[in-house]
Amino acid sequence: MPKVTIDGHTIEVPDGTTILQAARMIGGDVTPPAMCYYSKLKTSGGYCRTCIVKVTKGSEKDPRPMPKPVASCRTTVMDGMEVQNKTAPDLIDARNGVVEFLLINHPLDCPICDQAGECHLQDLSYENGLSKSRYEFKRREFEKIDIGDKIKLHMTRCILCYRRVKVAEQVCDTRVHGVMNRGDVAEISTYIEKAIDNDFSGNMIDVCPVGALTDRTFRFKSRVWFTKPMDAHRDCSKCCGKAVLYMSGNEVLRVSARKDMWGEVEDAAEGKPGWICNECRFEKKEVKDWTIEGPRAIDRHSVIAQNKYLDKKNLKIDVSNQKQIQEKAHN
Amino acid sequence: MGRKLLTQHINVPGIRNLETYRQHGGYDTLRKAFGMKQEDIVEEVKKSGLRGRGGAGFPTGLKWSFLAKPEGVARYLVCNADESEPGTFKDRYMMEHLPHLLIEGMAIGSFALGCRTSYIYIRGELMYVYHILQKAIDEAYAAGFLGKNVMGTGWDFDLFLQCGGGAYICGEETALIESLEGKRGNPRIKPPFPAIKGVWDCPTVVNNVESIMAVVPIVRDGGDAYAQIGIGKSTGTKLISACGHLKKPGVYEIELGVPVEEFIYSDEYCGGIRNDKKLKAVVAGGSSVPVLPAELILKTANGEPRLMSYESLADGGFATGTMLGSGGFIVMDEDTSIVKNLWTFTRFYHHESCGQCSPCREGTGWMEKLLHKILDGHGTLADVDLLWEIQSKIEGKTICPLGDAAAWPVASAIRHFRSEFEEYVRNPSAIRKDHHYYRVNNLNPELV
Repeated sequence: MPKVTIDGHTIEVPDGTTILQAARMIGGDVTPPAMCYYSKLKTSGGYCRTCIVKVTKGSEKDPRPMPKPVASCRTTVMDGMEVQNKTAPDLIDARNGVVEFLLINHPLDCPICDQAGECHLQDLSYENGLSKSRYEFKRREFEKIDIGDKIKLHMTRCILCYRRVKVAEQVCDTRVHGVMNRGDVAEISTYIEKAIDNDFSGNMIDVCPVGALTDRTFRFKSRVWFTKPMDAHRDCSKCCGKAVLYMSGNEVLRVSARKDMWGEVEDAAEGKPGWICNECRFEKKEVKDWTIEGPRAIDRHSVIAQNKYLDKKNLKIDVSNQKQIQEKAHN
Repeated sequence: MGRKLLTQHINVPGIRNLETYRQHGGYDTLRKAFGMKQEDIVEEVKKSGLRGRGGAGFPTGLKWSFLAKPEGVARYLVCNADESEPGTFKDRYMMEHLPHLLIEGMAIGSFALGCRTSYIYIRGELMYVYHILQKAIDEAYAAGFLGKNVMGTGWDFDLFLQCGGGAYICGEETALIESLEGKRGNPRIKPPFPAIKGVWDCPTVVNNVESIMAVVPIVRDGGDAYAQIGIGKSTGTKLISACGHLKKPGVYEIELGVPVEEFIYSDEYCGGIRNDKKLKAVVAGGSSVPVLPAELILKTANGEPRLMSYESLADGGFATGTMLGSGGFIVMDEDTSIVKNLWTFTRFYHHESCGQCSPCREGTGWMEKLLHKILDGHGTLADVDLLWEIQSKIEGKTICPLGDAAAWPVASAIRHFRSEFEEYVRNPSAIRKDHHYYRVNNLNPELV
């Protein structure tokens, strides 16, 4: 079993483990962010470059550092490897650059976005983004389109993480959409006027790290932090039937698959990913359809549980600043 | 006169046809190769010191020796004929004139590597070359140099010519493989490298046209003879496609190690700068490599003559050097606008970015727009600094080298010609083209 050291934390991991997986095993700040990697989808990762890390020592056998930052989600750990994530200033600078690139064509319309509060890019831009955009040119725009009767596509928000294409390839039994064009005019689209009609297509909404795909049965019904997430299950012949109900009072506003702290679907029975079918997701919106297990603990990538954007210490400073500004204005 | 290994018969009338090619020793080397052990052929290529002629310059023999050889699994040799780097046109020229040299090289390479099937992946836009090659392949099949029981040796070998869709990124080896398999030409994430998992997930070697052609003289004369040509680790001959403000632009076969000054000014090669103007700058290895000003392209930072070799051109790193790359030698005279040239290059890379990874997808477009702004007289000094910063955030952060290819020209142009950028910024009235800039960027002039 190879040993890897990430930001000074050493861990022994099984053969074939990637740097990102090893960092997730260590947990905390050591873990690089990932927008396109999704452990439940084969060949995902490597595209967004947010998870790049610096390998300062290749391995015990070949201790040379790697010449360029590598995508931690696609780089396998070697015995004796040493990696820097948060501890390398130049890497942080590079990651800031990646975030800036990602935000060029992703509007910060969080106030009206259904994904707000559980958006990975929102977290990433909070941690690594600039307060002001340096990009002054026209951004790309698309009309919102309905891809099927339950999903709306906001291509303007898409960061081309390819996750949903992988879902269509690996989870759904038919694929009618993919990436068209290239470069910064590349877009996800369905094959000419085809709607996505598949029992598992709703999982595309769950894997989307931003708000490019939204659930038409939930759109604009509530901010996610006003809902109460509850673990629930039902006897379903198509899927594992284990879901999270986002409730308001006794009303089920949204149903999603159960996700772990990394925003990925949890494993259901026999270690298989707990994808849920469209019937459970879109059609079972009555409490009586479900056996409710209890409140769901949400511990990362969400403001639902912990109000992560409100650091009390900073808040006090902000309040005092505001007071000073107001006093100056009055004087 | 320098020795010619690849182009010695290029001016023979009808050399494109099999009969003429055979009259000049064509396919004799293939016969010789069949008398050798497969590993000995690889050894000869190793001994020759041949470095990949597509741009990266990785030793070809070493690449061949990396090829995995699992039992019962097919192996493939793929010729990368997707040449499309601005300023590079040597492969097209060679395939047009000497298609059988490529086919012979493919047969020798495939025999050495134990491949039963090989592919030539050609850029779809080179349709007339495609027809020339296909005709030559048909001739070779008819004459028994390809197909079942090649030359009576019992070895079956098929060579297919595959057309690409015309995307620059398909010249990157893994994108080429994706495209060859009928998929969208996006680069794969490495590892695994093609030597382990390539075409149809089988071990594959991808070589440039010139590299494969060079195998013929190497096997014919021996690796040692080839290694004696050239200088240092830059052995053999190299095709250079010279263009720009030259008296005699064209494709030249040089012995590596020729001084750059001799290459530009001697009558044997380019004959000097057009209209006897002064040399301003040179892009030595295709548009993706750093541009160098005249004083640095003719002499190294130490004042020694710069040579046409991998090492000499790279001397001093990117601060004072560049790369031999694919051999696309673009010469600019004193009247050339570096900013305008750079905009052309950057526009190309923006258009050709595959869009998989964020820095390349978004960064190339941003650089192009900033350059356009500066070029049209609307730039500021902050824009020049921003341009520098953007390129630094693309370089080395992308899946494939296209990001680097887009970033290096920008970095070198600002490094060596910053004053020219500043001139555009400080004297905008002379160049300002309001309507064009505003129209392209969809801006309201009154609000800017």
